[in-house]
Amino acid sequence: MSFLLECPHCGIREVADFAFGGEVCKRPQDPSFRELCEYNYIRENVAGVQREWWYHRSGCRTWFLAERDTRTNEVLRIGLPGELT
Amino acid sequence: MSSRLPPQPGERVARERELKFTFDGRPVQALAGDTIGSALYAAGQRTFSRSFKYHRRRGLMCCSGQCPNCLVAVDGEPGVRACTEPAREGAEVEHLNATPNLELDVMSAVDAFGGPFTPPGFYYKTFIRPRRLWPLYEKVLRHAAGLGRLPREQHERRWRTEYRRRHADVLVVGGGLAGLSAAAAAAEAGADVVLVDDGVEPGGRLLWEGGHERARELTVRAREAGVELLTGASALGHFDGLVAVWQGETLHQIRARQHVYATGAVEQPLVFAGNDLPGVMLSGGALRLAALYAVVPGRRAVVATTCDRGLETALALADTGVQLVAVTDLRQERSALGAALEERGVEVLQGWTVLAANGRREVRGVVLGRPDDEAARLERSCDLLLVSGGDAPATSLCAQAGASTVYDPVLGQFRLDVLPPAVRAAGQLAGFGEEDAAAASGERAGRAAASAIGLGQGELAPEQPPLDGRAGVCALPPAAATDGSRGRAFVCLCEDVTAKDIPRSVAEGYDSIELCKRYTTVTMGPCQGKMCQLASIRLMARETGSSIEQVGGTTARPPWASVPLGALAGRPFEPAKRSAIHGRHRELGARIQWAGDWRRAYDYGDPEGEALAVHESAGLIDVSTLGKLLVRGADAARFLDLLYPNRLSTLKPGRIRYGVLTSDAGRIFDDGTVGRLDQETFYVTTTSSGAGAVEQWFSWWLADWRLDVQLTDVTQALAAVNIAGPRAREILERLTDLDCSPEAFGYLDARQGSVASVPALLLRIGFVGELGYEVHYPAAYGEHVWDAILEAGAGQIRPFGLEPQRILRLQKQHILVGQDTDSESTPFGAAMPWAVKLDKEEPFIGKWALAHIAEHPAPTTLVGFTLPDGRVPTEGAVVLDAAGTAAGQVTSARHSRQLGRVIGMAWVPAALAKDGATVTILDEGSRIGASVVTEPFHDPAGELLRS
Repeated sequence: MSFLLECPHCGIREVADFAFGGEVCKRPQDPSFRELCEYNYIRENVAGVQREWWYHRSGCRTWFLAERDTRTNEVLRIGLPGELT
Repeated sequence: MSSRLPPQPGERVARERELKFTFDGRPVQALAGDTIGSALYAAGQRTFSRSFKYHRRRGLMCCSGQCPNCLVAVDGEPGVRACTEPAREGAEVEHLNATPNLELDVMSAVDAFGGPFTPPGFYYKTFIRPRRLWPLYEKVLRHAAGLGRLPREQHERRWRTEYRRRHADVLVVGGGLAGLSAAAAAAEAGADVVLVDDGVEPGGRLLWEGGHERARELTVRAREAGVELLTGASALGHFDGLVAVWQGETLHQIRARQHVYATGAVEQPLVFAGNDLPGVMLSGGALRLAALYAVVPGRRAVVATTCDRGLETALALADTGVQLVAVTDLRQERSALGAALEERGVEVLQGWTVLAANGRREVRGVVLGRPDDEAARLERSCDLLLVSGGDAPATSLCAQAGASTVYDPVLGQFRLDVLPPAVRAAGQLAGFGEEDAAAASGERAGRAAASAIGLGQGELAPEQPPLDGRAGVCALPPAAATDGSRGRAFVCLCEDVTAKDIPRSVAEGYDSIELCKRYTTVTMGPCQGKMCQLASIRLMARETGSSIEQVGGTTARPPWASVPLGALAGRPFEPAKRSAIHGRHRELGARIQWAGDWRRAYDYGDPEGEALAVHESAGLIDVSTLGKLLVRGADAARFLDLLYPNRLSTLKPGRIRYGVLTSDAGRIFDDGTVGRLDQETFYVTTTSSGAGAVEQWFSWWLADWRLDVQLTDVTQALAAVNIAGPRAREILERLTDLDCSPEAFGYLDARQGSVASVPALLLRIGFVGELGYEVHYPAAYGEHVWDAILEAGAGQIRPFGLEPQRILRLQKQHILVGQDTDSESTPFGAAMPWAVKLDKEEPFIGKWALAHIAEHPAPTTLVGFTLPDGRVPTEGAVVLDAAGTAAGQVTSARHSRQLGRVIGMAWVPAALAKDGATVTILDEGSRIGASVVTEPFHDPAGELLRS
């Protein structure tokens, strides 16, 4: 896998600069056991656009969100949490 | 008669500068600018190597670094192509794959006698019985296989791969006329352009086809436009938009927004009996020898071609004085070039081809014939046979980028069909073979690439390539090639696959080209199919009665060019972390070992004695590797309450609490201490190896929760030492202004003060089980404070390493995350229920999972154990349950001199997790009874810690 990703602070970098944080999922409150297991272990794993967490590990160490097409690795949007609506 | 031609207009050799190298120990004269291959050829060498399987003589064929025939070892490095490797003064060149020497190769017996016994995969067919002898067979076969030997030992690596990442607007691969034009045009439009070419200078065919001046002018134009020219650089593959390029000792990873491929074409050999004899050469190979190195390729030449390329070469060579004995052109129609040759008195045989090349050491004569007339036979004597089976567009890199290819019956070749977005093709690769057409197509591609990213003028309409004079015919190997009646005819020179092997593969059921490739290994050798793919497809089509379109090609895969494994092997970047005190450990003779990314003092030669010193007097250990985080802000306490399963908001300033970190699945992933410095400031330590992960974890949740917290990683900024033992206090008191009395500075207190005049944070923690102070201070003073403590405690204190620390902490049953726990361990299983406060209201990480786990205990528990005898069980040894089934494992075990026995920790069945229970450890076949101890072995009440 190899593509470019834009860090909201540092700009465009190779994806190897970043750590992947997985798809964004909402942390449940007082979940049932099933909901907890789904939150911990089950992912949508879409073939298409997904919103996900990225961490600029070899850079500014910022966590941010990206919308990426998992089929083409095209990154459509990026932003800090709260900025990307 | 000289083997050098008179000065050629575009020659690369400098006649006034001679140099010398050796080939198999014999001195060889060369001119500056020669390749090893051209110098050897000029010196009369015709056999350059012995082939892979049959050990047949092989000589120069392509002279462009593509075929396998001239592979040699240079200065001990095998697999170097002599035809492109520059001759260097003093180089030691040796042949490969022949014993005892190139002239007398004993293994060539395989060629003489091995035919029926050496079909594809013969070693699996012939060497299977008796089965017990396979290990012996394997040894012999392994020795026989492969080309060249690597030195068994290499004391020092001569080079280390440099990695370079390059982002560009436009990447042009191929520096011939089209590529240079494309690069210059794109750069002139304002684009940032990189051009990659594998030659010693850009120019491609221009350099040996009389256009060297044009090539140099274009190179200047490209340079002046700002193009970055990478010469001697091979594009290895196109991976997800990233092109890997190997140049000398640098691996470039080039990512461009637009790609222009101008990789040209690869001249194809013909398949006929004896087509591998030294003296059988691609027409372009002979031309390069003559034009670039002024080497006489031969005196009397026969040319066998299927297209105009061979005729052009014939004319060019005739100009240099090579006598043309005969020219066969497989096409029925005479072209203008054929007529021109005839005018010069050359015998041009239209519709004829070569059936066989004869000669023992090298070509002495040829048999010519007509495929459509069995009776037509002519024999000619010659010392050079030039073949040209047409120019196959070098589509591989484009195909890797996502282009599709299609068979073009007019060209008799596969050509590009549909290109992916942002990829363009120019020059002969795109069908523009003629000089001016190639230049124009390059200009167009370059400008279009620039305009696609908003530079220069608008998109230009692509032009349809003309079907130029290079159109050829499908040169099917003559029938004699496949029946073997005139000798072996090779489809694949790299792997010694003969024309007979393809029908044999089909007959055995491997009847698709992909299967045939894997079975016969055709296209899988050093040339990567450049010389053999087309021929194998043609043969497969004939054999299966399919069209070439139906047979299709095999998937284009990297690497397109040969690359040393050393270029790709290993981690590109493996930094070692060293603490600020590291130099002192070396001076003290410490054994330094890896601990995660760190280089750490494992011990100073006497781990048990060092541990004992901590109990009896005092010890000093460098713990700078601990992760250290400052958590500050109005929400800091709340933030930590959400991250840790215990409560930290109630911690009073100046106090410390142990905390374990779990995931939301309740699994332990790190532990450490949390000290509160003031109302809004916490100092968090983590394990050495977990520092990065914890920082990442904290900042992730902070990003999600967006609390008023600032997180600062001070791991590298601060050094830390632990001074521990009964005399730790008195030694520390000599260096600090702090009141160290137990009343003023108690167990789990955090104090800020100075140590040896350096501002420091002191944490009274007892990881090793004795009175102890962790001193955290600016890393710049690393050695100063270390020295000061050792000096102040002279005669009383001794440095101790990681190993004694492990003994000491094991005596306390303090867990090491990752050693005693794994990804399934929970605080409950690890016997730390006190570290979890399920009554906390906050929805802390792991809360719900831990609540569930508390009600559903795991079947095993982490406990301590002791063993009566002196044997230390292996870490990882199995713990058996009552039924004798594996139920857990030993995670830590050491001999403790302090306790006088073997101690350890292990996961045991929950029912046995009580003091005095006996568990059985199965260690390397023997069963050992161990006694469970749930309390710390040393100072169970913790009195020493609090003293």
